[in-house]
Amino acid sequence: MGWRPALRPYLLIVPALLLTCGILYPFGLGLYYTLFDFSASKPQPDLVRLENYTTVFTQEAFWNSAWVTVLYAVGAAVVETVLGVSVALLLHRSSVIGRVLEKILILPLMIAPVIAAIIWKLMLQPSVGVVNHLLRPFGLGGVQWTDTPTGALLSSIAVDVWVYTPFVAILALAGLRSLPTSPFEAAAVDGAGWWYTFRRLTLPMLWPYVLVAVIFRFMDSLKVFDIIYALTEGGPGDSTVVLQIRAYLEAIRFQRYSFGISYTIVLWAVVYLAAMVLVKHLGKIQRKAAEVK
Amino acid sequence: MTVQKRLLGWLADAALVLYFVFALFPIAWMVILSLKPANQLFSTYFSFSPTLDGYRTVLGDSEGIPFVRFFVNSLVVSVGAVLLSLLVGLPAAYASARWRFKGSENLMFTLLSFRFAPELTVIIPLFVLYQKLGLFDTYVGMVWVLQLVTLPLIVWIMRSYFADLTPELEQAALLDGYSRKQAFVKVALPLVKPGVAAVSLLAFIFAWNNFVFPLILTSSEAQTVTVGALSFLGGDRPKYNLTAAAALVSVVPPLLLALTIQRYLVRGLSFGAVKS
Repeated sequence: MGWRPALRPYLLIVPALLLTCGILYPFGLGLYYTLFDFSASKPQPDLVRLENYTTVFTQEAFWNSAWVTVLYAVGAAVVETVLGVSVALLLHRSSVIGRVLEKILILPLMIAPVIAAIIWKLMLQPSVGVVNHLLRPFGLGGVQWTDTPTGALLSSIAVDVWVYTPFVAILALAGLRSLPTSPFEAAAVDGAGWWYTFRRLTLPMLWPYVLVAVIFRFMDSLKVFDIIYALTEGGPGDSTVVLQIRAYLEAIRFQRYSFGISYTIVLWAVVYLAAMVLVKHLGKIQRKAAEVK
Repeated sequence: MTVQKRLLGWLADAALVLYFVFALFPIAWMVILSLKPANQLFSTYFSFSPTLDGYRTVLGDSEGIPFVRFFVNSLVVSVGAVLLSLLVGLPAAYASARWRFKGSENLMFTLLSFRFAPELTVIIPLFVLYQKLGLFDTYVGMVWVLQLVTLPLIVWIMRSYFADLTPELEQAALLDGYSRKQAFVKVALPLVKPGVAAVSLLAFIFAWNNFVFPLILTSSEAQTVTVGALSFLGGDRPKYNLTAAAALVSVVPPLLLALTIQRYLVRGLSFGAVKS
């Protein structure tokens, strides 16, 4: 009997552990593949050690993809944060309208990103799409939304913003509702203006909540795939070929498996580093927010 | 109430309404497109004679795209993935919330890291592996790979629910002669039942909405609605009414479920990091 209680948590965790190993195995296999030149045309691959990685880093295509990915991720995360927090603040004013609207806030968030991209693709079609139809009276009926490099990137960010702004908004709203009331009452007694209260009280205390949302959004948009695949397939040219799309083209379309996986391993390392930096920062911010409270 | 203040209040409400027009118009537009007859697709925008032909075509598989089958596939693999995750995830979540033991934190963070790993890192090797193992384009293969989505979610959120639960109740049950297992099944689990229901539905939604796994790991037999809906965009002249109908049909389950678990969404979406 003596050894059993100590063993119990392990027994409970074993099934999950086995399943985790089942997911880690392909990941390890992928790492192993990157040391070879494995492709459909070379089913008996040779060991090339780190050659795949040196090729990746010396390719202009990689740096283009990395640049596009960063633009997309920063653009999406910044717009979603500003818009999401604004929407949360407006809803929190708790007017009658706000309470009604809050119920439907999450609808775009529950639509599959790929479906969202399909919806916007239909709407943004230059000649028959409804967006240009609505813009025509303003003399803007001919915008080539997804047919120009800049337009395609902005359009795909717009779809990301459409889907994920509610994510930031509901986390920020949860934060707003958990703020203590006494500092605000004190500020009101002292006759502090709205802007001062927002800058000195609301924002520092709200920031931990917002930062959780920002971390999720930034890390997710670094590995964006669905939206770009359905909206632009990386085009026009290679103006929206983010890293996961590039990996897909290499591995699945051109069947250069090893090389495609190398791309995703590099992306994975970047995501991992970004996460470490952001989570460290989050700890600092949380301690600061606790001081304000 | 000064005039200035009232004006600002109006402006704030107007800004809010503006955002919601942006958020809801695309969904409304899909409803309109899906109800349009094929000959009125581009002749007019907001005036048309509604018809269900688009839905009949999509659900009648008459475009050579077996959409109903894809819908059933989505249902099967999503439910399967959630059930498997619950089966292995609930005990793991309970153990990690109740006991601190060697390696538990590492395991939890490994699980969490799946949530942020680029999917293709795992999918491309699986694409090669599944061909060898005969798991390519099968339910089993899809349920297995969807664990990447459902397992971290279920384990992390359930762990935060179990941690919020006071251990005294289970200890009382143990004193009454319950075994550990009975205390878990008969005392702890019923108390977190709403949490289990909500997290299961959320995991189902994420599994249902997944696109990259079925895109690469299925071809026809086990293909799901997200990939199926995209097939309607093929060809030179995409059939707008059919694409819109397919898109709408495929978002119905997640939208309906989402409205039932609103109260739990904040904790769910932030992996337990934010509690409302």
